[in-house]
Amino acid sequence: MSLLEVRGFSKSFRGLKALRDVDLSVDEGTILGIIGANGAGKTTLFNCITGAFPPDSGTVTLDGRDVTGVATHRLAKLGMVRTFQLMRPFHSMTVLENVTVAALSHGARSDRAARAEAAVAIAKTGLTEWSGNESGQLPAAVQKRLELARALAMRPRVLLLDEVLAGLVPAERMPVLELLETLRAEEGVTMIFIEHIMAAVRRLSDSVVMMDQGAVLASGQVDAVLADPLVIEAYLGKEYTNA
Amino acid sequence: MSLGTQTRTTGQKADAALATPYLPLAPRRPFPYEYAILAVIVVAAAALPFILPAAEMAIAVRVLVFALMGIGWNIMSGFGGMFSFGHAAYFGIGAYTAGFMLVEFGVSPWIGLIVGMIVAVIAAVGISYLALRYKLEGAYYAMSTFAFAEMLRLFVSGNDALHRTVGFTVPVLPEASFGMFQFDAGSPMYFWIGLVMVGIALLMSIVFLRSRTGRFTLAARDNEMAASALGINVLRYKLTAVALSAAITASAGVLYLQFYMFIDPDLGFGAHVSNNAIITTVVGGAGTIWGPLVGAVIMAPLSDVVASFLRNPPDQLAFLAGHGGLDLLLYAVILIAFVILLPKGIYGTIWNKVKRK
Repeated sequence: MSLLEVRGFSKSFRGLKALRDVDLSVDEGTILGIIGANGAGKTTLFNCITGAFPPDSGTVTLDGRDVTGVATHRLAKLGMVRTFQLMRPFHSMTVLENVTVAALSHGARSDRAARAEAAVAIAKTGLTEWSGNESGQLPAAVQKRLELARALAMRPRVLLLDEVLAGLVPAERMPVLELLETLRAEEGVTMIFIEHIMAAVRRLSDSVVMMDQGAVLASGQVDAVLADPLVIEAYLGKEYTNA
Repeated sequence: MSLGTQTRTTGQKADAALATPYLPLAPRRPFPYEYAILAVIVVAAAALPFILPAAEMAIAVRVLVFALMGIGWNIMSGFGGMFSFGHAAYFGIGAYTAGFMLVEFGVSPWIGLIVGMIVAVIAAVGISYLALRYKLEGAYYAMSTFAFAEMLRLFVSGNDALHRTVGFTVPVLPEASFGMFQFDAGSPMYFWIGLVMVGIALLMSIVFLRSRTGRFTLAARDNEMAASALGINVLRYKLTAVALSAAITASAGVLYLQFYMFIDPDLGFGAHVSNNAIITTVVGGAGTIWGPLVGAVIMAPLSDVVASFLRNPPDQLAFLAGHGGLDLLLYAVILIAFVILLPKGIYGTIWNKVKRK
Protein backbone atom coordinates (compact mmCIF):
# COMPACT_ATOMS: atom_id res chain seq x y z
CA MET A 1 0.00 0.00 0.00
CA SER A 2 1.08 3.55 -0.40
CA LEU A 3 3.03 5.00 2.47
CA LEU A 4 2.71 8.59 1.40
CA GLU A 5 -0.16 9.93 -0.61
CA VAL A 6 -0.83 13.44 -1.89
CA ARG A 7 -4.29 14.33 -3.15
CA GLY A 8 -5.33 17.48 -4.95
CA PHE A 9 -2.51 19.75 -3.78
CA SER A 10 -2.86 23.35 -4.93
CA LYS A 11 -0.80 26.31 -3.87
CA SER A 12 -0.70 29.88 -5.12
CA PHE A 13 1.72 32.66 -4.30
CA ARG A 14 -0.29 35.80 -5.01
CA GLY A 15 -1.11 35.42 -8.70
CA LEU A 16 1.30 32.56 -9.39
CA LYS A 17 -0.19 29.09 -9.31
CA ALA A 18 2.76 27.08 -8.08
CA LEU A 19 0.84 23.82 -7.69
CA ARG A 20 -2.32 22.79 -9.52
CA ASP A 21 -4.23 19.81 -8.26
CA VAL A 22 -1.21 17.56 -7.80
CA ASP A 23 -1.77 13.89 -6.97
CA LEU A 24 0.94 11.40 -6.22
CA SER A 25 1.56 8.37 -4.10
CA VAL A 26 4.56 6.27 -3.24
CA ASP A 27 4.47 2.69 -2.03
CA GLU A 28 6.40 1.55 0.99
CA GLY A 29 9.97 0.62 0.11
CA THR A 30 9.90 2.14 -3.35
CA ILE A 31 11.46 5.20 -4.91
CA LEU A 32 9.50 7.88 -6.69
CA GLY A 33 11.34 10.29 -8.95
CA ILE A 34 10.01 13.77 -9.61
CA ILE A 35 11.20 15.45 -12.76
CA GLY A 36 10.35 18.69 -14.46
CA ALA A 37 11.94 21.90 -15.63
CA ASN A 38 13.04 24.61 -13.21
CA GLY A 39 10.00 26.38 -11.81
CA ALA A 40 7.70 23.43 -12.38
CA GLY A 41 6.80 23.41 -8.67
CA LYS A 42 8.89 20.47 -7.46
CA THR A 43 10.41 22.15 -4.43
CA THR A 44 7.12 23.87 -3.59
CA LEU A 45 5.56 20.43 -3.58
CA PHE A 46 8.21 19.26 -1.08
CA ASN A 47 7.61 22.34 1.05
CA CYS A 48 3.87 21.64 1.17
CA ILE A 49 4.32 17.95 1.92
CA THR A 50 6.79 18.58 4.74
CA GLY A 51 4.78 21.33 6.37
CA ALA A 52 7.08 24.26 5.59
CA PHE A 53 3.85 25.91 4.52
CA PRO A 54 0.40 24.39 4.09
CA PRO A 55 -1.18 23.84 0.66
CA ASP A 56 -4.19 26.00 -0.23
CA SER A 57 -6.13 22.82 -0.77
CA GLY A 58 -5.50 19.11 -0.85
CA THR A 59 -4.37 16.51 1.67
CA VAL A 60 -1.28 14.49 2.41
CA THR A 61 -1.50 11.19 4.25
CA LEU A 62 1.40 9.34 5.81
CA ASP A 63 0.74 5.68 6.47
CA GLY A 64 -3.02 6.28 6.23
CA ARG A 65 -2.97 9.20 8.66
CA ASP A 66 -3.88 12.70 7.51
CA VAL A 67 -0.87 14.91 8.16
CA THR A 68 -1.86 17.95 6.10
CA GLY A 69 -0.47 21.12 7.67
CA VAL A 70 1.32 19.25 10.47
CA ALA A 71 4.46 21.09 11.56
CA THR A 72 7.73 20.08 9.93
CA HIS A 73 9.36 18.95 13.16
CA ARG A 74 6.40 16.71 14.02
CA LEU A 75 6.51 15.11 10.58
CA ALA A 76 10.21 14.48 11.06
CA LYS A 77 9.42 12.62 14.29
CA LEU A 78 6.87 10.57 12.34
CA GLY A 79 9.66 9.54 9.99
CA MET A 80 9.30 12.03 7.14
CA VAL A 81 12.68 13.66 6.65
CA ARG A 82 13.84 15.94 3.86
CA THR A 83 17.08 17.31 2.55
CA PHE A 84 17.50 20.70 0.94
CA GLN A 85 18.54 21.66 -2.53
CA LEU A 86 20.60 24.50 -1.09
CA MET A 87 22.71 23.01 1.67
CA ARG A 88 21.85 24.06 5.18
CA PRO A 89 24.60 22.89 7.53
CA PHE A 90 24.68 23.96 11.16
CA HIS A 91 27.72 26.05 10.41
CA SER A 92 28.97 26.50 13.98
CA MET A 93 29.34 22.72 14.32
CA THR A 94 31.62 20.08 12.91
CA VAL A 95 30.30 17.42 10.56
CA LEU A 96 30.11 14.94 13.43
CA GLU A 97 28.24 17.40 15.64
CA ASN A 98 25.79 18.16 12.83
CA VAL A 99 24.88 14.51 12.48
CA THR A 100 24.90 13.97 16.26
CA VAL A 101 22.20 16.62 16.59
CA ALA A 102 20.05 14.59 14.21
CA ALA A 103 20.69 11.38 16.14
CA LEU A 104 19.83 13.10 19.42
CA SER A 105 16.68 14.47 17.88
CA HIS A 106 15.73 11.03 16.69
CA GLY A 107 15.91 9.90 20.30
CA ALA A 108 19.38 8.53 20.97
CA ARG A 109 19.48 7.84 24.71
CA SER A 110 22.86 9.25 25.52
CA ASP A 111 25.32 11.54 23.88
CA ARG A 112 27.59 8.56 23.36
CA ALA A 113 24.88 6.57 21.61
CA ALA A 114 24.09 9.59 19.44
CA ARG A 115 27.74 9.91 18.45
CA ALA A 116 27.90 6.24 17.60
CA GLU A 117 24.83 6.50 15.39
CA ALA A 118 26.18 9.65 13.81
CA ALA A 119 29.48 7.90 13.08
CA VAL A 120 27.62 5.16 11.24
CA ALA A 121 25.61 7.64 9.15
CA ILE A 122 28.82 9.52 8.44
CA ALA A 123 30.61 6.37 7.35
CA LYS A 124 27.71 5.36 5.12
CA THR A 125 27.86 8.67 3.32
CA GLY A 126 31.63 8.51 3.02
CA LEU A 127 32.25 11.48 5.26
CA THR A 128 34.46 9.89 7.88
CA GLU A 129 37.57 11.79 6.87
CA TRP A 130 35.59 15.03 7.16
CA SER A 131 33.91 14.36 10.47
CA GLY A 132 36.08 16.76 12.47
CA ASN A 133 35.79 19.61 9.97
CA GLU A 134 33.74 22.74 10.53
CA SER A 135 30.67 22.20 8.40
CA GLY A 136 30.40 25.78 7.17
CA GLN A 137 33.64 25.56 5.20
CA LEU A 138 33.16 22.30 3.34
CA PRO A 139 33.18 21.87 -0.43
CA ALA A 140 29.65 21.83 -1.87
CA ALA A 141 29.79 18.12 -2.69
CA VAL A 142 30.66 17.29 0.91
CA GLN A 143 27.89 19.51 2.25
CA LYS A 144 25.47 17.60 0.02
CA ARG A 145 26.53 14.36 1.61
CA LEU A 146 26.22 15.96 5.02
CA GLU A 147 22.59 16.74 4.25
CA LEU A 148 22.13 13.08 3.50
CA ALA A 149 24.04 11.92 6.58
CA ARG A 150 21.89 14.05 8.88
CA ALA A 151 18.76 12.70 7.26
CA LEU A 152 19.99 9.11 7.67
CA ALA A 153 20.68 9.63 11.36
CA MET A 154 16.95 10.33 11.71
CA ARG A 155 16.25 6.76 10.52
CA PRO A 156 13.58 8.01 8.14
CA ARG A 157 10.66 5.95 6.87
CA VAL A 158 10.23 8.26 3.95
CA LEU A 159 13.05 10.43 2.70
CA LEU A 160 12.45 13.46 0.50
CA LEU A 161 15.59 14.31 -1.41
CA ASP A 162 15.78 17.63 -3.21
CA GLU A 163 18.43 17.38 -5.95
CA VAL A 164 20.82 15.37 -3.86
CA LEU A 165 23.08 14.82 -6.87
CA ALA A 166 23.19 18.40 -8.14
CA GLY A 167 26.62 19.94 -7.90
CA LEU A 168 28.36 16.55 -7.74
CA VAL A 169 30.73 15.54 -10.49
CA PRO A 170 29.84 12.22 -12.15
CA ALA A 171 32.43 10.31 -10.13
CA GLU A 172 30.85 11.54 -6.91
CA ARG A 173 27.34 10.58 -7.98
CA MET A 174 27.85 6.86 -8.16
CA PRO A 175 28.51 6.27 -4.44
CA VAL A 176 25.44 8.32 -3.56
CA LEU A 177 23.28 6.38 -6.01
CA GLU A 178 24.54 3.11 -4.60
CA LEU A 179 23.92 4.33 -1.08
CA LEU A 180 20.30 5.18 -1.92
CA GLU A 181 19.84 1.74 -3.49
CA THR A 182 21.26 0.10 -0.38
CA LEU A 183 18.90 2.10 1.80
CA ARG A 184 15.93 0.91 -0.18
CA ALA A 185 17.09 -2.68 -0.34
CA GLU A 186 18.35 -3.17 3.19
CA GLU A 187 16.40 -0.72 5.28
CA GLY A 188 13.27 -0.43 3.19
CA VAL A 189 13.42 3.35 3.17
CA THR A 190 10.80 4.92 0.93
CA MET A 191 12.07 7.86 -1.09
CA ILE A 192 10.82 10.71 -3.19
CA PHE A 193 13.57 12.44 -5.05
CA ILE A 194 13.65 15.51 -7.23
CA GLU A 195 16.32 15.08 -9.86
CA HIS A 196 17.44 16.52 -13.17
CA ILE A 197 19.97 13.85 -13.99
CA MET A 198 18.03 11.38 -16.10
CA ALA A 199 20.49 8.54 -15.76
CA ALA A 200 19.91 8.66 -12.02
CA VAL A 201 16.14 8.87 -12.43
CA ARG A 202 16.16 5.84 -14.73
CA ARG A 203 18.35 3.86 -12.42
CA LEU A 204 16.65 4.58 -9.09
CA SER A 205 13.00 5.25 -9.76
CA ASP A 206 10.33 2.61 -9.39
CA SER A 207 7.94 5.22 -10.74
CA VAL A 208 8.17 8.78 -11.95
CA VAL A 209 6.07 11.91 -11.81
CA MET A 210 6.69 14.59 -14.40
CA MET A 211 5.67 18.10 -13.40
CA ASP A 212 5.13 21.09 -15.63
CA GLN A 213 3.90 24.51 -14.57
CA GLY A 214 2.67 23.25 -11.23
CA ALA A 215 0.69 20.30 -12.56
CA VAL A 216 1.43 16.62 -13.01
CA LEU A 217 1.91 16.11 -16.73
CA ALA A 218 2.55 12.39 -16.65
CA SER A 219 3.19 9.66 -14.11
CA GLY A 220 3.89 5.98 -14.05
CA GLN A 221 6.76 3.68 -15.01
CA VAL A 222 9.98 5.47 -15.86
CA ASP A 223 10.26 4.31 -19.45
CA ALA A 224 6.64 5.02 -20.22
CA VAL A 225 6.80 8.54 -18.79
CA LEU A 226 10.05 9.39 -20.53
CA ALA A 227 8.68 8.09 -23.83
CA ASP A 228 5.50 10.13 -23.47
CA PRO A 229 5.47 12.66 -26.36
CA LEU A 230 4.01 15.31 -24.02
CA VAL A 231 6.94 14.87 -21.68
CA ILE A 232 9.48 15.01 -24.44
CA GLU A 233 7.92 18.17 -25.75
CA ALA A 234 7.82 19.86 -22.34
CA TYR A 235 11.19 18.65 -21.24
CA LEU A 236 13.32 18.77 -24.32
CA GLY A 237 16.37 20.54 -23.01
CA LYS A 238 19.88 20.09 -21.81
CA GLU A 239 18.90 17.81 -18.94
CA TYR A 240 17.40 15.29 -21.35
CA THR A 241 20.24 15.31 -23.78
CA ASN A 242 22.73 14.99 -20.93
CA ALA A 243 21.11 11.79 -19.83
CA MET B 1 13.82 -12.10 -5.98
CA SER B 2 16.60 -11.82 -8.46
CA LEU B 3 16.16 -8.07 -8.35
CA GLY B 4 16.64 -8.20 -4.61
CA THR B 5 19.91 -10.10 -4.90
CA GLN B 6 21.09 -7.73 -7.54
CA THR B 7 20.50 -4.68 -5.38
CA ARG B 8 22.17 -6.36 -2.46
CA THR B 9 25.28 -6.87 -4.52
CA THR B 10 25.33 -3.22 -5.52
CA GLY B 11 24.79 -2.46 -1.87
CA GLN B 12 27.97 -4.26 -0.91
CA LYS B 13 29.71 -2.54 -3.72
CA ALA B 14 28.51 0.78 -2.32
CA ASP B 15 30.21 0.03 0.98
CA ALA B 16 33.37 -0.97 -0.80
CA ALA B 17 33.24 2.11 -2.99
CA LEU B 18 32.96 4.35 0.01
CA ALA B 19 35.91 2.49 1.51
CA THR B 20 35.30 3.89 4.97
CA PRO B 21 35.37 1.29 7.71
CA TYR B 22 32.85 1.86 10.48
CA LEU B 23 34.49 3.40 13.49
CA PRO B 24 35.15 0.80 16.17
CA LEU B 25 34.09 3.20 18.94
CA ALA B 26 32.01 6.31 18.96
CA PRO B 27 34.31 9.30 19.06
CA ARG B 28 34.45 10.54 22.62
CA ARG B 29 33.37 13.99 23.56
CA PRO B 30 36.21 16.21 24.60
CA PHE B 31 36.89 16.32 28.33
CA PRO B 32 34.57 18.85 29.98
CA TYR B 33 37.42 21.18 30.84
CA GLU B 34 35.00 24.11 31.11
CA TYR B 35 33.95 22.98 34.58
CA ALA B 36 37.54 22.92 35.74
CA ILE B 37 38.18 26.38 34.34
CA LEU B 38 35.07 27.70 36.05
CA ALA B 39 36.15 26.27 39.39
CA VAL B 40 39.61 27.83 39.05
CA ILE B 41 38.17 31.23 38.10
CA VAL B 42 35.70 31.27 41.00
CA VAL B 43 38.25 30.16 43.59
CA ALA B 44 40.86 32.61 42.35
CA ALA B 45 38.39 35.49 42.22
CA ALA B 46 37.15 34.71 45.73
CA ALA B 47 40.54 35.82 47.02
CA LEU B 48 40.25 39.25 45.41
CA PRO B 49 38.82 41.04 48.49
CA PHE B 50 42.04 40.14 50.34
CA ILE B 51 44.21 41.56 47.61
CA LEU B 52 42.38 44.54 46.17
CA PRO B 53 42.18 47.76 48.16
CA ALA B 54 38.68 48.24 49.57
CA ALA B 55 38.09 51.22 47.30
CA GLU B 56 38.41 49.02 44.24
CA MET B 57 35.85 46.50 45.43
CA ALA B 58 32.99 48.63 44.11
CA ILE B 59 34.41 48.17 40.63
CA ALA B 60 34.82 44.46 41.22
CA VAL B 61 31.11 44.20 42.07
CA ARG B 62 30.34 46.29 38.99
CA VAL B 63 32.26 43.73 36.95
CA LEU B 64 30.03 41.01 38.38
CA VAL B 65 26.84 42.92 37.54
CA PHE B 66 28.09 43.42 33.99
CA ALA B 67 29.11 39.78 33.78
CA LEU B 68 25.65 38.58 34.84
CA MET B 69 24.01 40.85 32.28
CA GLY B 70 26.39 39.70 29.59
CA ILE B 71 25.96 36.00 30.41
CA GLY B 72 22.20 36.48 30.32
CA TRP B 73 22.23 38.36 27.03
CA ASN B 74 24.63 35.86 25.51
CA ILE B 75 22.33 32.89 26.07
CA MET B 76 19.49 34.48 24.16
CA SER B 77 21.42 36.43 21.53
CA GLY B 78 24.72 34.56 21.29
CA PHE B 79 23.48 30.98 21.63
CA GLY B 80 19.86 31.55 20.61
CA GLY B 81 20.57 33.96 17.77
CA MET B 82 17.78 36.33 18.77
CA PHE B 83 19.36 39.75 18.96
CA SER B 84 17.92 41.62 21.93
CA PHE B 85 18.11 45.38 22.26
CA GLY B 86 15.91 45.37 25.32
CA HIS B 87 17.50 43.33 28.07
CA ALA B 88 16.96 46.33 30.35
CA ALA B 89 13.40 45.05 30.58
CA TYR B 90 14.47 41.91 32.45
CA PHE B 91 17.15 43.68 34.46
CA GLY B 92 14.57 46.28 35.51
CA ILE B 93 11.90 43.71 36.28
CA GLY B 94 14.35 41.90 38.57
CA ALA B 95 15.42 45.05 40.39
CA TYR B 96 11.92 46.49 40.63
CA THR B 97 10.25 43.29 41.78
CA ALA B 98 12.78 42.86 44.58
CA GLY B 99 12.70 46.60 45.38
CA PHE B 100 8.91 46.73 45.49
CA MET B 101 8.61 43.67 47.71
CA LEU B 102 11.36 44.88 50.03
CA VAL B 103 10.28 48.51 50.39
CA GLU B 104 6.54 47.97 50.51
CA PHE B 105 6.32 44.69 52.39
CA GLY B 106 9.73 44.15 53.95
CA VAL B 107 10.19 40.90 52.04
CA SER B 108 13.76 39.59 51.89
CA PRO B 109 15.54 40.38 48.60
CA TRP B 110 16.36 36.68 48.34
CA ILE B 111 12.67 36.00 47.85
CA GLY B 112 12.50 39.09 45.66
CA LEU B 113 15.30 37.56 43.59
CA ILE B 114 13.31 34.37 42.97
CA VAL B 115 10.06 36.22 42.27
CA GLY B 116 11.84 38.75 40.06
CA MET B 117 13.39 35.98 38.02
CA ILE B 118 10.01 34.30 37.61
CA VAL B 119 8.30 37.53 36.57
CA ALA B 120 11.10 38.27 34.09
CA VAL B 121 10.81 34.78 32.61
CA ILE B 122 7.06 35.10 32.19
CA ALA B 123 7.41 38.52 30.54
CA ALA B 124 10.27 37.40 28.29
CA VAL B 125 8.60 34.20 27.17
CA GLY B 126 5.30 35.99 26.56
CA ILE B 127 6.84 38.74 24.48
CA SER B 128 9.15 36.42 22.58
CA TYR B 129 6.38 33.94 21.90
CA LEU B 130 4.35 36.66 20.22
CA ALA B 131 7.35 38.05 18.36
CA LEU B 132 8.51 34.65 17.10
CA ARG B 133 5.01 33.36 16.44
CA TYR B 134 4.45 36.24 14.06
CA LYS B 135 7.90 35.80 12.54
CA LEU B 136 9.60 38.93 13.74
CA GLU B 137 13.21 38.19 12.90
CA GLY B 138 16.58 39.87 12.97
CA ALA B 139 16.32 43.65 13.20
CA TYR B 140 12.55 43.51 13.64
CA TYR B 141 12.86 41.22 16.63
CA ALA B 142 15.55 43.50 18.08
CA MET B 143 13.26 46.51 17.65
CA SER B 144 10.40 44.73 19.38
CA THR B 145 12.58 43.96 22.42
CA PHE B 146 13.73 47.58 22.51
CA ALA B 147 10.14 48.81 22.30
CA PHE B 148 9.12 46.51 25.14
CA ALA B 149 11.89 47.81 27.43
CA GLU B 150 11.00 51.42 26.63
CA MET B 151 7.34 50.69 27.23
CA LEU B 152 8.17 49.31 30.67
CA ARG B 153 10.36 52.32 31.46
CA LEU B 154 7.53 54.72 30.63
CA PHE B 155 4.99 52.59 32.48
CA VAL B 156 7.13 52.48 35.63
CA SER B 157 7.90 56.22 35.37
CA GLY B 158 4.20 56.98 35.54
CA ASN B 159 3.08 54.38 38.06
CA ASP B 160 2.33 55.55 41.59
CA ALA B 161 2.71 52.14 43.19
CA LEU B 162 6.24 51.99 41.75
CA HIS B 163 7.05 55.54 42.94
CA ARG B 164 7.10 57.01 39.45
CA THR B 165 10.48 58.50 38.54
CA VAL B 166 11.69 58.44 42.16
CA GLY B 167 12.14 54.68 42.23
CA PHE B 168 13.03 52.62 45.30
CA THR B 169 15.70 53.16 47.91
CA VAL B 170 16.67 50.11 49.95
CA PRO B 171 16.01 50.94 53.64
CA VAL B 172 19.23 50.81 55.63
CA LEU B 173 19.17 48.23 58.40
CA PRO B 174 20.78 48.84 61.80
CA GLU B 175 23.15 45.97 61.19
CA ALA B 176 24.31 43.69 58.40
CA SER B 177 22.03 40.77 57.64
CA PHE B 178 22.61 37.93 55.21
CA GLY B 179 18.90 37.12 55.25
CA MET B 180 18.12 40.62 54.05
CA PHE B 181 21.04 40.72 51.56
CA GLN B 182 22.51 43.78 53.24
CA PHE B 183 26.05 44.32 54.55
CA ASP B 184 28.26 47.16 55.70
CA ALA B 185 29.43 49.44 52.95
CA GLY B 186 32.67 47.99 51.62
CA SER B 187 31.89 44.48 52.88
CA PRO B 188 33.31 41.77 50.65
CA MET B 189 30.04 39.88 51.03
CA TYR B 190 28.51 41.71 48.07
CA PHE B 191 31.41 40.57 45.96
CA TRP B 192 31.26 36.98 47.17
CA ILE B 193 27.51 36.71 46.70
CA GLY B 194 27.82 38.26 43.24
CA LEU B 195 30.64 35.87 42.46
CA VAL B 196 28.49 32.89 43.40
CA MET B 197 25.71 34.26 41.19
CA VAL B 198 28.12 34.67 38.27
CA GLY B 199 29.49 31.18 38.95
CA ILE B 200 26.00 29.70 38.84
CA ALA B 201 25.16 31.66 35.68
CA LEU B 202 28.33 30.41 33.97
CA LEU B 203 27.61 26.89 35.14
CA MET B 204 24.15 27.15 33.61
CA SER B 205 25.71 28.39 30.36
CA ILE B 206 28.04 25.41 30.25
CA VAL B 207 25.38 22.86 31.15
CA PHE B 208 23.01 24.44 28.65
CA LEU B 209 25.54 24.39 25.85
CA ARG B 210 26.42 20.74 26.43
CA SER B 211 22.85 19.57 26.86
CA ARG B 212 20.51 18.27 24.20
CA THR B 213 18.45 21.44 24.63
CA GLY B 214 21.47 23.64 24.07
CA ARG B 215 22.58 21.82 20.98
CA PHE B 216 19.11 21.93 19.47
CA THR B 217 19.09 25.65 20.24
CA LEU B 218 22.39 26.13 18.39
CA ALA B 219 21.07 24.07 15.48
CA ALA B 220 17.95 26.25 15.34
CA ARG B 221 20.12 29.36 15.44
CA ASP B 222 22.39 28.10 12.67
CA ASN B 223 19.58 27.02 10.39
CA GLU B 224 15.97 27.05 11.37
CA MET B 225 14.61 25.11 8.40
CA ALA B 226 17.20 22.38 8.64
CA ALA B 227 16.57 22.09 12.38
CA SER B 228 12.82 21.61 11.93
CA ALA B 229 13.42 19.14 9.13
CA LEU B 230 15.37 17.09 11.69
CA GLY B 231 12.49 17.06 14.15
CA ILE B 232 13.56 20.01 16.29
CA ASN B 233 10.76 22.18 17.63
CA VAL B 234 12.49 25.48 16.93
CA LEU B 235 10.06 27.71 18.84
CA ARG B 236 10.31 25.60 21.98
CA TYR B 237 14.10 25.70 22.13
CA LYS B 238 14.27 29.40 21.34
CA LEU B 239 11.85 30.13 24.17
CA THR B 240 13.93 27.97 26.53
CA ALA B 241 16.96 30.13 25.75
CA VAL B 242 14.87 33.26 26.23
CA ALA B 243 13.67 32.07 29.65
CA LEU B 244 17.14 31.20 30.91
CA SER B 245 18.49 34.49 29.61
CA ALA B 246 15.78 36.58 31.27
CA ALA B 247 16.22 34.81 34.61
CA ILE B 248 19.97 35.48 34.72
CA THR B 249 19.51 39.10 33.64
CA ALA B 250 16.89 39.63 36.36
CA SER B 251 19.35 38.35 38.95
CA ALA B 252 21.80 41.02 37.78
CA GLY B 253 19.11 43.60 38.53
CA VAL B 254 18.70 42.35 42.10
CA LEU B 255 22.45 42.33 42.74
CA TYR B 256 22.59 45.88 41.40
CA LEU B 257 19.71 46.99 43.64
CA GLN B 258 21.22 45.52 46.78
CA PHE B 259 24.71 46.83 46.12
CA TYR B 260 23.84 50.37 45.04
CA MET B 261 20.73 50.36 47.28
CA PHE B 262 18.80 52.34 44.76
CA ILE B 263 16.85 51.82 41.56
CA ASP B 264 14.85 54.19 39.37
CA PRO B 265 13.26 53.85 35.94
CA ASP B 266 16.37 54.97 34.06
CA LEU B 267 18.79 52.83 36.04
CA GLY B 268 16.48 49.83 35.70
CA PHE B 269 14.95 50.13 32.28
CA GLY B 270 17.07 52.74 30.46
CA ALA B 271 18.51 51.95 27.05
CA HIS B 272 22.06 52.16 28.42
CA VAL B 273 21.33 49.08 30.55
CA SER B 274 20.57 47.06 27.43
CA ASN B 275 23.63 48.56 25.77
CA ASN B 276 25.83 47.46 28.66
CA ALA B 277 24.63 43.87 28.26
CA ILE B 278 25.24 43.94 24.52
CA ILE B 279 28.61 45.65 24.50
CA THR B 280 29.97 43.50 27.33
CA THR B 281 29.18 40.37 25.37
CA VAL B 282 30.20 41.62 21.95
CA VAL B 283 33.55 42.91 23.21
CA GLY B 284 34.23 39.65 25.03
CA GLY B 285 32.84 37.32 22.39
CA ALA B 286 29.16 36.59 21.73
CA GLY B 287 28.23 32.93 21.47
CA THR B 288 31.11 31.77 23.65
CA ILE B 289 30.95 30.69 27.29
CA TRP B 290 33.70 32.96 28.59
CA GLY B 291 33.20 35.96 26.32
CA PRO B 292 30.77 37.82 28.61
CA LEU B 293 33.16 37.42 31.54
CA VAL B 294 36.10 38.79 29.55
CA GLY B 295 33.90 41.63 28.31
CA ALA B 296 32.77 42.48 31.84
CA VAL B 297 36.34 42.64 33.13
CA ILE B 298 37.06 45.21 30.41
CA MET B 299 33.83 47.15 30.12
CA ALA B 300 32.85 47.57 33.78
CA PRO B 301 36.09 49.36 34.81
CA LEU B 302 36.11 51.27 31.53
CA SER B 303 32.59 52.54 32.04
CA ASP B 304 33.57 53.60 35.55
CA VAL B 305 36.67 55.43 34.36
CA VAL B 306 34.77 57.11 31.53
CA ALA B 307 31.99 58.23 33.87
CA SER B 308 34.36 59.83 36.37
CA PHE B 309 36.44 61.32 33.55
CA LEU B 310 33.37 63.02 32.14
CA ARG B 311 32.34 64.18 35.58
CA ASN B 312 35.72 65.83 36.26
CA PRO B 313 37.55 66.25 32.99
CA PRO B 314 41.07 67.73 33.01
CA ASP B 315 41.23 71.47 32.42
CA GLN B 316 42.07 71.28 28.70
CA LEU B 317 38.94 69.16 28.15
CA ALA B 318 36.69 71.09 30.51
CA PHE B 319 34.19 71.64 27.70
CA LEU B 320 33.30 67.94 27.90
CA ALA B 321 31.84 68.34 31.38
CA GLY B 322 28.12 68.18 31.80
CA HIS B 323 27.42 66.63 28.43
CA GLY B 324 25.45 63.59 29.32
CA GLY B 325 25.50 60.89 26.68
CA LEU B 326 29.13 61.35 25.61
CA ASP B 327 29.89 57.99 27.17
CA LEU B 328 27.17 56.41 25.04
CA LEU B 329 28.87 57.87 22.00
CA LEU B 330 32.10 56.18 23.01
CA TYR B 331 30.38 52.83 23.60
CA ALA B 332 28.66 53.07 20.25
CA VAL B 333 32.02 53.56 18.57
CA ILE B 334 33.50 50.61 20.49
CA LEU B 335 30.53 48.44 19.56
CA ILE B 336 30.72 49.34 15.87
CA ALA B 337 34.48 48.83 15.83
CA PHE B 338 34.16 45.38 17.35
CA VAL B 339 31.32 44.30 15.10
CA ILE B 340 33.35 45.30 12.04
CA LEU B 341 36.92 44.48 13.07
CA LEU B 342 36.59 41.74 15.67
CA PRO B 343 33.14 40.20 15.28
CA LYS B 344 34.04 37.19 17.43
CA GLY B 345 35.12 39.47 20.27
CA ILE B 346 38.36 39.30 22.22
CA TYR B 347 37.88 35.84 23.67
CA GLY B 348 36.35 34.40 20.50
CA THR B 349 39.20 35.65 18.32
CA ILE B 350 41.95 34.40 20.62
CA TRP B 351 40.25 31.04 21.09
CA ASN B 352 39.94 30.57 17.34
CA LYS B 353 43.66 31.27 16.90
CA VAL B 354 44.56 28.79 19.62
CA LYS B 355 42.28 26.13 18.17
CA ARG B 356 43.84 26.42 14.72
CA LYS B 357 47.32 25.67 16.02
